[in-house]
Amino acid sequence: MSNVLTVRGLSVKVRDTELVSDVDLTVGAGERVGLIGESGSGKSLTALSVIGLLPEDVYAAGSVRLDGVDHELIGADERRMSQVRGRDIAMVFQEPMTALNPTMRIGDQVAEAVLIHKTKPKSAARAAAAELLDRVQLPTDTLRAYPHQLSGGQRQRVVLALALANDPSLLICDEPTTALDVTVQALVLDLIVRGVMDRSSALLFITHDLAVVATVCERVLVMYGGRVVESGPVTDVFTRPRHRYTEGLLAASDLDTTSRRLTTIPGNVPPAGRFPSGCVFRTRCAYATALCEESPPWSGDEAQGFACHHPAGVADA
Amino acid sequence: MPEHIPTTHELETPTAIQVVDLVRDYPRPRTSLFQPAPVVHALRGVSLEVKQGERFGIVGESGCGKSTLLRIIAALDRATSGTVIVEGTDITRLSDRRLRFLRENLQLVFQDPMSSLDPRMRVRDIIAEPLVVQGHPASGERVRELLEAVGLSADAGDRYPHQFSGGQRQRISIARALAPRPRILIADEPVSALDVSVRAQVLNLISDLVDELNLTLVFVSHDLSVIKHVCDRVAVMNAGQIVETGYTGDVYASPQHPYTQRLVSAIPTLQRALSGATTSDLLAKGDPA
Repeated sequence: MSNVLTVRGLSVKVRDTELVSDVDLTVGAGERVGLIGESGSGKSLTALSVIGLLPEDVYAAGSVRLDGVDHELIGADERRMSQVRGRDIAMVFQEPMTALNPTMRIGDQVAEAVLIHKTKPKSAARAAAAELLDRVQLPTDTLRAYPHQLSGGQRQRVVLALALANDPSLLICDEPTTALDVTVQALVLDLIVRGVMDRSSALLFITHDLAVVATVCERVLVMYGGRVVESGPVTDVFTRPRHRYTEGLLAASDLDTTSRRLTTIPGNVPPAGRFPSGCVFRTRCAYATALCEESPPWSGDEAQGFACHHPAGVADA
Repeated sequence: MPEHIPTTHELETPTAIQVVDLVRDYPRPRTSLFQPAPVVHALRGVSLEVKQGERFGIVGESGCGKSTLLRIIAALDRATSGTVIVEGTDITRLSDRRLRFLRENLQLVFQDPMSSLDPRMRVRDIIAEPLVVQGHPASGERVRELLEAVGLSADAGDRYPHQFSGGQRQRISIARALAPRPRILIADEPVSALDVSVRAQVLNLISDLVDELNLTLVFVSHDLSVIKHVCDRVAVMNAGQIVETGYTGDVYASPQHPYTQRLVSAIPTLQRALSGATTSDLLAKGDPA
């Protein structure tokens, strides 16, 4: 399986503070990969570096290559990035309210996505927009509506239609359903999965919700403090976590326990850039020793592995 | 939870909050000179009863009226018709001056710990404010005691809200709510804005405090799995009405109303996902297996 997206040694810095360090990530054609982490873990910055939308003063270093694009995406100038963005890579953002232009009708916005990359002739753009909206189960009247006339779930479906307009080889979704109700979330998640499966696109799905990742993705990367601490197939990572952070996160999100008290991870998530040196999790980890002041090496291979000096599940291995 | 099936003893416990046929209509802005303003029916006849010492959950999606219901129970808003009886007193017709007993006995924790704390007040003043307002002496002793109860260090009182993380700010909100020694605690989506690893801490804290202080808890959330963990009984709201009430375990395991069934089946869970459920299974109507 060829890799659609290959990220090597990605780091993101604002002034002297490193927010994301040394992230390696690949997504194969038709593969659905999840990126999970809490606030400040660097998951959104990783996605924004890939699509080249980092805020000013924030700089990425390393390598991001996309299959079918013959240049490096990190540091590519805006003229070249704007040709890639929306055609080869598309993104669905968390807030459907701010992702749409409030002064344009929905039909025009969807048609614009096609016209700007000249993937369809002008005469066919309208019909293409109608078809795209139909694929996300929105009625034809939506074409003439303005964003404020739609609900959050409908807007997110419009954003998804826009993102899928040019059959991108990679779709990035950054917390696409966090602002939505559960019943609407179910519909939007289903449309995302069907959208990428129909096109055999690769999906990079970012969320803090373990259950959503487990439902949507095949492979998962766990981020904490700007680093990937564990990766592997969803079933392995969520049933036999190796990194102590993954283990703690799974226990803390398990609300099905019969005991009144939930298992917790002590302390708080440090603010971005204030994570400890060495193992980023050592200040909250019950297993931390002096050894953890050194950065733990990556154990395992590219597809599955972890970075922890005192991994879970050693006894039964 | 199944182990909380009421005994006859529990049935005799006095009622903390009784809501009878509550209706709240909001007028919308007029759209025409010649027609009356359209009306939003936020609550359409809601009735519920919360026993003293009970942990009662209200679950529903955005716009279902759960926040309106809370605001009326806390007398922050007026009902169009219907009554709310808190500890034996009908609060729906009382003037603001005569609501003082309610302000002492019933306190709220809001969803957004960023906007519900005054950024220009020190934490100790925030926590002491409910006491000052109600004319109690606000001793430093009591503030320290409250900070300790919610797991913050005593020097936290000298700092400002922006110096704390989301989870710590929610602890400050809880300390403020507990200051006047209320008997009823109402929590409106208290953990929705928090990270998973911190959410568990705050849920444990609320749970412990409710036990220690013998509080009646009304917990509102859009997340049925959180409610299921925290509460004994739950009311499911949809479009301004309560469609189903029951013990949380029962409602979760065998929902009766079609809306509840849809809600339960739409919740993604790790167990279901790991046993092969896909996104299309979340849409499955009826059988929530």
